[in-house]
Amino acid sequence: MKKSHILGIVVIATAIGIIISTAGDASSYVTFRQAQEMAFSGNDSKIHVVGTLKKADDGDVVGIEPAADKLSFSFVMVDADMKEQKVYYPEPMPVDFLRSEQVVVIGAYHDELFVADKILLKCPSKYQEQEIAINS
Amino acid sequence: MIHTFIGNLGQLSIIIAFVSALVAAFAFYKSVVGDDLQKEGWLSYAQWAFYIHAVAVVSVVVCLYYIVYNHYFEYHYAWSHSSRQLPVYYMISCFWEGQEGSFLLWIFWNVVLGIVILRTNNLWKGPVMTIFSLVQGFLASMILGVVIFNVKIGSTPFILLRDAMLDAPVFQMNPDFVPEDGTGLNALLQNYWMVIHPPTLFLGFATTLVPFAYCVAGLWTGKVREWIKPALPWALFSAMVLGVGILMGAYWAYETLNFGGYWNWDPVENAVYVPWLVLVASYHTMITYRKSNTALKTSVILVVATFILILYSTFLTRSGILGESSVHSFTDLGLSGQLLIYLLAFTLLSVILMVRRWKQIPVSQKEVSTYSREFWIFIGATTLCLMGFQVLVATSFPVYNSVLSGLGIESNIALPADQVTYYTKFQLWFAVVLAVLSGTGQFFWWRKMDPNKLKDILMGPILITLVVSGLVMWITEVTHFPYIVVLVTAIYSVVANGKILWELKKESWHLSGGSIAHIGIAMMLIGIMYSSGYSKVVSLNKSGLLISREVDDEFNLQNVILFLNEPRQMDKYSLVYEGRTVEAEGVPGYVPVEVLSPTNDPYYWIAAEDVVHKGNVVKSEGDTLEISPENIYFKIRYEQGNGKNFTLYPRIQVNASMGQVASPDIKRAVAKDLYTHLSYAPYMTEEETREWTHTDSVNIKIGDRFYINDFVAQLNDVRRVYQVKGLELGDEDIAVMASITVAADQQEHLLEPIFLIRDQRAARIPDVINDLGVRVAFSKINPATDSFDFDIYTTQKDFVILKAIEKPYINILWSGTLLLVIGYVIAIRRRYREFVLSRNKGLE
Repeated sequence: MKKSHILGIVVIATAIGIIISTAGDASSYVTFRQAQEMAFSGNDSKIHVVGTLKKADDGDVVGIEPAADKLSFSFVMVDADMKEQKVYYPEPMPVDFLRSEQVVVIGAYHDELFVADKILLKCPSKYQEQEIAINS
Repeated sequence: MIHTFIGNLGQLSIIIAFVSALVAAFAFYKSVVGDDLQKEGWLSYAQWAFYIHAVAVVSVVVCLYYIVYNHYFEYHYAWSHSSRQLPVYYMISCFWEGQEGSFLLWIFWNVVLGIVILRTNNLWKGPVMTIFSLVQGFLASMILGVVIFNVKIGSTPFILLRDAMLDAPVFQMNPDFVPEDGTGLNALLQNYWMVIHPPTLFLGFATTLVPFAYCVAGLWTGKVREWIKPALPWALFSAMVLGVGILMGAYWAYETLNFGGYWNWDPVENAVYVPWLVLVASYHTMITYRKSNTALKTSVILVVATFILILYSTFLTRSGILGESSVHSFTDLGLSGQLLIYLLAFTLLSVILMVRRWKQIPVSQKEVSTYSREFWIFIGATTLCLMGFQVLVATSFPVYNSVLSGLGIESNIALPADQVTYYTKFQLWFAVVLAVLSGTGQFFWWRKMDPNKLKDILMGPILITLVVSGLVMWITEVTHFPYIVVLVTAIYSVVANGKILWELKKESWHLSGGSIAHIGIAMMLIGIMYSSGYSKVVSLNKSGLLISREVDDEFNLQNVILFLNEPRQMDKYSLVYEGRTVEAEGVPGYVPVEVLSPTNDPYYWIAAEDVVHKGNVVKSEGDTLEISPENIYFKIRYEQGNGKNFTLYPRIQVNASMGQVASPDIKRAVAKDLYTHLSYAPYMTEEETREWTHTDSVNIKIGDRFYINDFVAQLNDVRRVYQVKGLELGDEDIAVMASITVAADQQEHLLEPIFLIRDQRAARIPDVINDLGVRVAFSKINPATDSFDFDIYTTQKDFVILKAIEKPYINILWSGTLLLVIGYVIAIRRRYREFVLSRNKGLE
């Protein structure tokens, strides 16, 4: 066997190793129901859930419970299946949180509570707002 | 008034730039494949077209700058990326905040490079400039902003605000409405690194086109070997610029963002890292070919792959496909289709050319020996590519999802939740392999090797490495196994390359580029290992009090709460939070917020007392100061007991588009950086203003003692005053000031609330002790009983929550970077001289 063949085999093996390991580490976008099923079946890997904040009819965000010292808070998030879930975030509330139009939480269930390690927000950027202040 | 002329001129220039690029591409093409008699004519015609293109591009840049500079907010670009408050030196940054402007920057660099090639390489300019002009055509189409058959091609920077916002009610009432001010440049980008990082990065992007164009030109015209020589110095230059651009971004992140490091494996970062790795692999194989006529096919593949990967990363970051997986991709301008066509067109073009010429590319028939330099370089290039492959596989997740959903298959994979761990576990070992190769490979490069010789030559470096790394490990306490491996291999690389460097010094320093660059890379590796692997949180909460009792609470343990002017021990420092400050125009350092009082314009505040810097009065009471209100700097004094005290000013920026952004302040020392950022500060937004609670009312006489919030206070004196700060007193007006001392923390505080009768009406001017969170108002004088009424209010004291991290030996990373650049410069110089020599001999 030529050396180049051995090298080729090693390269291919490494590449396959990378792909398999990546697939193993990959998280996934799921709904709260699926996340809960995963947690019940003993799978405690971190997952992504996409959703929005729960809002009352008048558009106000409801269900926010800041801790007394404001260093952590919990909120109610509605996922794609319209399931509501209380989410706890052990850090201060990101400032544009209430204005966000979409929230991605990365974390896992701890019993009934979803604990987020990371929150990604999609905010209406000021550059896209269709409003211009008139200074007269 | 709407200035339509300048916008129309800019738009016209874009169209000219687009058309002239296509004309130039066609004419350069004809100059290669046309009749021999007409070639000269086509070539000079093509050059004219390219120069017209160049002028048009410069004109686009000038028009856009003119609009921004003159605050023509009727243009969407100026309105959304600039404001009247923006300093001139940041106006240039407006160019790269927006997607259109950054395409423009890219186009501009390509024009510069095209002109350099026209001037330096007569033999190749026809085919090379065909590729260049074609790329320019594609890029110019991205900013064309023309609608043909209901298809929008490109997005122009010269669109008027009213056309960009058709639905805005303002324009339906008054189409000629011009906003008073723009929405401003994102304050995070108002930083000197953001003035030079994007142009450098885009120059890096642009320069990858040069080796690619030479390679494609070589395949096309059948000069499958000759393209290497002119392309090589460019490939090195490109790798240097792109590498420096990436590191500038990393340095900006380290200084400005608060994730505690310089690299976050964000998809946007990865999208540049991968092409850079492949580019580095490509010039290594090109150098091998120059030396020993092997690895030509590999070089072709890698050079093409680099450029395609640059296009792919452009597609990733600008099509909006990264959407929810990255925090900082550009907004989607609906260009995805166009970007995809661009990517596919060049992929297809180069694949077809490669396939056509594949059989003509020479390969060396003899089996590569393990003791040859080609073998080692090839292994190195392969490692670099695998390194890139690993990052690419994961970064492309969103692409798989959209491709699969396009095929009707539901796919929901997301990036690994812990990206740093995921990437590190591979990249670390690849880096170890590279360190070993870059050390050993150099011996093979400069000498003929056989097993015995190798043993002799490696013995010395290996022994030195073992001794040095043993010492270093012992002194710096490196115990984690993977880090030990990184350290030993990186030190080996430094030692081995140092030995080579020593030997080369006798020959010629022109040859030393490679070894210097390798030492630089090895040092960067050491710096990264220490600063990331051994970064240590020093702000440990040792108060025994948890901030919150819930699970997963790292936050509790790694942050320290500092109340205003209350010293607290942290590690070996005693920390005091001394209040909020701002930066003001014309004042060195920072100005405490207390000495300023606001005006109606948030950018201008008035000095309520003299502003003193180092004993000199820099602004007097009553002067107006220009400040940037979005940046608040929190003054934190560090005392070490040994007299080496210092003050850090970590910042919180109230960023209009991103919320509150905390930026660190860094105390730099040779051995380690102390990196401090705030995790939280109260009262940063308008909704969250300070609330004062009325706790008590007292009726007292002069000399009486009473309690304010558990502190003992005494009313010393009440007297009439004739001057009150910030007020003009009339003849009829009466002001009476009480003097109250409050004892707290072995300190006496003085309160001087004022009772005022002005225009026959009573008013109160309360006084505040911020340190205690106390406010007292003088509310009534009772002449009948000779007593006075005071109202007492309290509030939450100002505090900050702070996190401090030690980053050991991070300076090895930065100095390694510097060495890397020096190595590149030497290598580029050498390869460019080789090219010039053979060009002047008329060889190519």
